[in-house]
Amino acid sequence: MAERHLSSLRPALLPLSLVDVGWSVGGKQVLAGITATLRHGSRTVVLGANGAGKSVLLRLCHGLLQPTSGQVRWGTPEVPGEPRRQAMVFQRPVLFRRSVLGNMTFALGIAGVARSERRDRALAALERVGLAALADRPARVLSGGEQQRLTLARAWSLGPEVLFLDEPTANLDPGATREIEAVIEAIHAGGTKIVLVTHNLGQARRLGDEVLFLDRGRLVERSPIDRFFHQPTSAEAAAFLKGELPWH
Amino acid sequence: MALTRRIVAALLLAVGTLAALPLPAQQRFIVVASTTSTEQSGLFGHLLPAFTRATGIQVRVVALGTGQALDTGRRGDADVVFVHDRAAEDRFVAEGWGVDRRDVMYNDFVIVGPKSDPAKVAGSKDVANALKSIAAAQAPFVSRGDKSGTHAAELRYWKDAGVDLAAQKGSWYRETGSGMGPALNTASSMNAYLLADRGTWLNFRNRGDLAILVEGDRKLFNPYGVMLVNPAKHPHVKKADGEAFIDWLTSPEGQASIAGYKIGGEQLFFPSAKK
Amino acid sequence: MNTVGLALAEALHLIAGGDAKLVAIVALSLRVSATSIVVGTLVAMPLGALLAVTSFRGQRAAIVTLNALLGLPSVVVGLAVYLLLSRAGPLGSFGILFTPAAMVIAQAILVLPLIAALTRQAISDAWQETREQLRSLGAGPFASATALLWDLRFSLVTIVLAGFGRAVSEVGAVMIVGGNIDGVTRVMTTAIALETSKGDLPLALGLGFVLLAIVLALNVVAHLTREAVQRHHG
Repeated sequence: MAERHLSSLRPALLPLSLVDVGWSVGGKQVLAGITATLRHGSRTVVLGANGAGKSVLLRLCHGLLQPTSGQVRWGTPEVPGEPRRQAMVFQRPVLFRRSVLGNMTFALGIAGVARSERRDRALAALERVGLAALADRPARVLSGGEQQRLTLARAWSLGPEVLFLDEPTANLDPGATREIEAVIEAIHAGGTKIVLVTHNLGQARRLGDEVLFLDRGRLVERSPIDRFFHQPTSAEAAAFLKGELPWH
Repeated sequence: MALTRRIVAALLLAVGTLAALPLPAQQRFIVVASTTSTEQSGLFGHLLPAFTRATGIQVRVVALGTGQALDTGRRGDADVVFVHDRAAEDRFVAEGWGVDRRDVMYNDFVIVGPKSDPAKVAGSKDVANALKSIAAAQAPFVSRGDKSGTHAAELRYWKDAGVDLAAQKGSWYRETGSGMGPALNTASSMNAYLLADRGTWLNFRNRGDLAILVEGDRKLFNPYGVMLVNPAKHPHVKKADGEAFIDWLTSPEGQASIAGYKIGGEQLFFPSAKK
Repeated sequence: MNTVGLALAEALHLIAGGDAKLVAIVALSLRVSATSIVVGTLVAMPLGALLAVTSFRGQRAAIVTLNALLGLPSVVVGLAVYLLLSRAGPLGSFGILFTPAAMVIAQAILVLPLIAALTRQAISDAWQETREQLRSLGAGPFASATALLWDLRFSLVTIVLAGFGRAVSEVGAVMIVGGNIDGVTRVMTTAIALETSKGDLPLALGLGFVLLAIVLALNVVAHLTREAVQRHHG
């Protein structure tokens, strides 16, 4: 797709290196000693129990939080004030009191896309997620699934090199979840690195290539998806899987 | 979205139109700092249209107490001052703030009080005796207390009556720090005595149980003077138009107009310009 | 009470009669307050929004100060503007004391803290919900403030109306800087003060009812608008 070529003209953001990253708040250590490198291509799924620090890890990667120790380093760092080259989709869709199309063109405007190109790019992205017919509807009266597809379309239209997703289907029914997963697949197929936090192990297996497993703020295992589910190397992951999938 | 946009557009349009309307065409005008008694008695409403018809000059009256009106002139915020406190006026001129002071007219003060008249002053013509009785009876008395011309006159009358307010005033003596009208409203609600100018009294509607009890003492005459704010101190003062107003007020035409203002057949102001 | 009955009759009579003088006074009131609101809003809303979406040293002090300014008596504002605009003051040479322009300035200053504080509060609540998304999209403080102002545009209408209500109903400041000059700077509130002085309480209260009716009508329109939009936008 068009965006892939756009971004590939510039030196790549990736790889993303986390070097001994820690994050604490109010004296409580939420993350500690995370060291990992995320590379282009594969789909990375972040798993772990509630409170393991998955969402914080994602926000540290995306720059919404600053590590209190260690470093988050990109291959080529983004320039502050310039359009962002990575995007994030949150558990709860954040949409503005504008039309579906208006939400799209707003984001494209911030990304520095020329006014004359915004509409076409927005409509193309809406088309890809199946929302083109709703372009003129107020965004905040869409169903939950439609709203999340809209935030995906919004992220997609920006042509990010990396897309972070924080439990994007946690509030959705299975049908809507399927649609979201299809869109994520398509975005990945377009050349975007996917980093997904999920609680849904089925989704992890369907979408993931590799797993980062967090336990109480530490990265205890990184494995290809099949090995993680069949032969986890860490005791914590084994215990987690046993708890989540008791029939194993 | 279309609906939203239409409503927003309508609101913006309405506010924008209101805000953008041109202010009234700038005509020739002077600012006159005057007293609440002349404004609230309705005299200006009668007098000024005649002047504007004769000269094409609009008169913008800012009605204040005499003290404040003189201050306004001192700051240069008025072209003409039209007040009633001879001593203060003379000081204003002596200090160089005003020039060309002229007598214009007088009206008179009256002592207004409750019809029940606890101090037994009704029918008296002697203001000093009346005030003495009020002080002796410690009957409620409302004072303007605002450094206006009327307030200055009241303090003079107390002195004439030999009443030392500083020593004798108690809860019966209420200083309101307000204009003639508000003071009248206060007196009306408290059934208190007070010194009022006849014009404001005649035009006052909320009289309750109050009536004129003392009038006719020569000492109660209340002369008004008019003067130009000194252009040497405030160069922006509209000298020619201000002089035109002063000349007209003291001309036979202006004086006749003053004499012609009546409420209920009663004349309020008596022309006194020297020929 | 009898006075209230008389006042209601007077108010109806005034409105129905379409008295030219009353119409002029009402029109001047609306114009002065509308202008001051436009000026005040243009300054206060961006200010309030930026205060909500940025964080800087002394921000808390700024917010506390802003909220304290809400209690500013209009007479004090009037006096300050008077001293500023008086011929003897720093801006005296413009000669706008005792003109509608002076009243606009006083009212704009009066409503500025109100609009800024209410805007900051509204934007601040929305900012909590959207901050991560806006930062994720790369929006800086200015773009965030603009986006949220637009997002809350119909709540902001209510804020503007609150400001208008304060401006159109205050008497202390416009009395001092306008001078209540008949036909030039006499607005509804100063006319009410004058009629009260004259002891014409029914007429004063009647004018009060006219003022109330206007403010009420504006609020009804705003409320209906907001409801319609909320149905539309969810």
